Amino acid sequence: MAYSEKVIDHYDNPRNVGNFGTTAEVKADKNVGVGVVGAPECGDVMQLQIKVNPETRVIEDAKFKCFGCGSAIASSSLATEWIKNQTIDEAAKLRNTQIVEELALPPVKIHCSVLAEDSIKAAIRDYKVKNGIAVEEAAHSH
Amino acid sequence: MPIKLPIYFDNAATTRCDPRVVEAMLPCFTERFGNPGSRNHRFGWEAEEAVDIARGQVADLIGASPKEIVFTSGSTEANNLAIKGAAEMYAKKPEGETGRGHIITAIHEHKAVIDPVKRLEKRGFDVTWLTPGADGLITAEMVSRAMREDTILCTIMWANNEIGTINEVPQIGKIVRAAGAVMHTDATQWVGKMPTNVTDDEIDLLSLSGHKIYGPKGVGALYVRRRKPRIRLVAQTEGGGQERGYRSGTLNVPGIVGLGMACELCGKEMDSERERLLKLRKKLETALAGSIEVTQVNGHAEKRLPHLTNISFGFVEGEGLMMAVKNIACSSGSACTSASLEPSYVLKALGVGDELAHSSLRLSLGRFNTEEEVDYAIDNIREAVEKLRLLSPLYDMHKEGIDISRIEWSTH
Repeated sequence: MAYSEKVIDHYDNPRNVGNFGTTAEVKADKNVGVGVVGAPECGDVMQLQIKVNPETRVIEDAKFKCFGCGSAIASSSLATEWIKNQTIDEAAKLRNTQIVEELALPPVKIHCSVLAEDSIKAAIRDYKVKNGIAVEEAAHSH
Repeated sequence: MPIKLPIYFDNAATTRCDPRVVEAMLPCFTERFGNPGSRNHRFGWEAEEAVDIARGQVADLIGASPKEIVFTSGSTEANNLAIKGAAEMYAKKPEGETGRGHIITAIHEHKAVIDPVKRLEKRGFDVTWLTPGADGLITAEMVSRAMREDTILCTIMWANNEIGTINEVPQIGKIVRAAGAVMHTDATQWVGKMPTNVTDDEIDLLSLSGHKIYGPKGVGALYVRRRKPRIRLVAQTEGGGQERGYRSGTLNVPGIVGLGMACELCGKEMDSERERLLKLRKKLETALAGSIEVTQVNGHAEKRLPHLTNISFGFVEGEGLMMAVKNIACSSGSACTSASLEPSYVLKALGVGDELAHSSLRLSLGRFNTEEEVDYAIDNIREAVEKLRLLSPLYDMHKEGIDISRIEWSTH
């Protein structure tokens, strides 16, 4: 199975790798939301952190780390690019199918895009909980 | 000498055909193209002679007599013939009944053994599925404990295809044969690499394959013991009665000639090749597992094939790692390439955690690999592991002292 050029590009030059501090620092920062999804035994763990402007609710920066295959790394890298400068409400609307299309993921790799979508949702949820914003129950489950 | 990329380190999957093998095969396509079954003309006689020579070459490699070699399309067919053929021949009760006889095998065999045995289980045979220890080995003691009054067949691979561990086949064969049951071994990864003598090693049935030993694909053989005792099988492919009725079908003469030559070359070069490859493998293991933190070589430390290593690199996913070392062709126990998301069942059988099973690379060396290639691979893999660990949230957690196994993950 060959990877698409876009997957290879994100894999070779991943965008926005990193985090906004240690686990404890990030936990204490009200402006940062963290989403960690997946599990090591499934072969994929994605961690997405968003830094949100408290006035505008715009995601000013996003960082990711990923344990997974090339498609998983590319999906999370792409997700950070897309959600930057979006409000949290806009970012929440991102669907995994958009990632599948952009990266030309084959059916066996669709779960990578689902994880990326889930990591965005989880990070937004974490931010909302930290800031006392009402959280709607997740409509998407699998 | 500059090395040629990509490097092939997947010799346990298949090997490059040795040019000397190809040379031996070529006349069989255009000049000596006859059917060995044609008894009445020169073309048939020539083909028969070529097959006879090959039969002798294969027999010599494993200490058998030529009449004990049955050519097949490969190890999968040889395993099917051996397992189903022996079970049906030595069944205690007729088809349709239960309690037809007891079979011993292991859970980390190749699928070409597991699936035929599962089929027999459905057809009224009882099966003991042995679980290896953490070192991956099946020992004579495990088999001894599993033996029953009605045991008719034991099938244990000689060396494992994913981790290269070597089972106690001669000792197992001794127990099984002394009890009057049939001993089969899938020796696909063993034969041609390690010295083999079917009599000293207490084997009744042995499967081997051409393309794992620098021969062509689509050809293999089953050794079927003829003396002390004479083993009989129920044929699984019926027709023209070739191969003493055990395997009908026009013989694949070019393939058989290639297999014969491959066996002869392996016999000649085995001793020096084993030493050379063992040195290279140890170099790889020392440089990778020995110097990168949180890595492990899977399987028994000593009782392993000289040319194969399976290493888990913690916090790095196997398929992602293979993508980073795209100039090295190898394989991974990671499930990401399969639809099931299940990591390698062989590594799981050893009790390797799912996370480390997803993090494994299998590197298998062969005749055409050089020390320069090993050096290149060491640097390349080391860099890739470093790069991917910088990307890995699990590595961050490890550095912060968080125990990954105690986190409640949201499984999907």
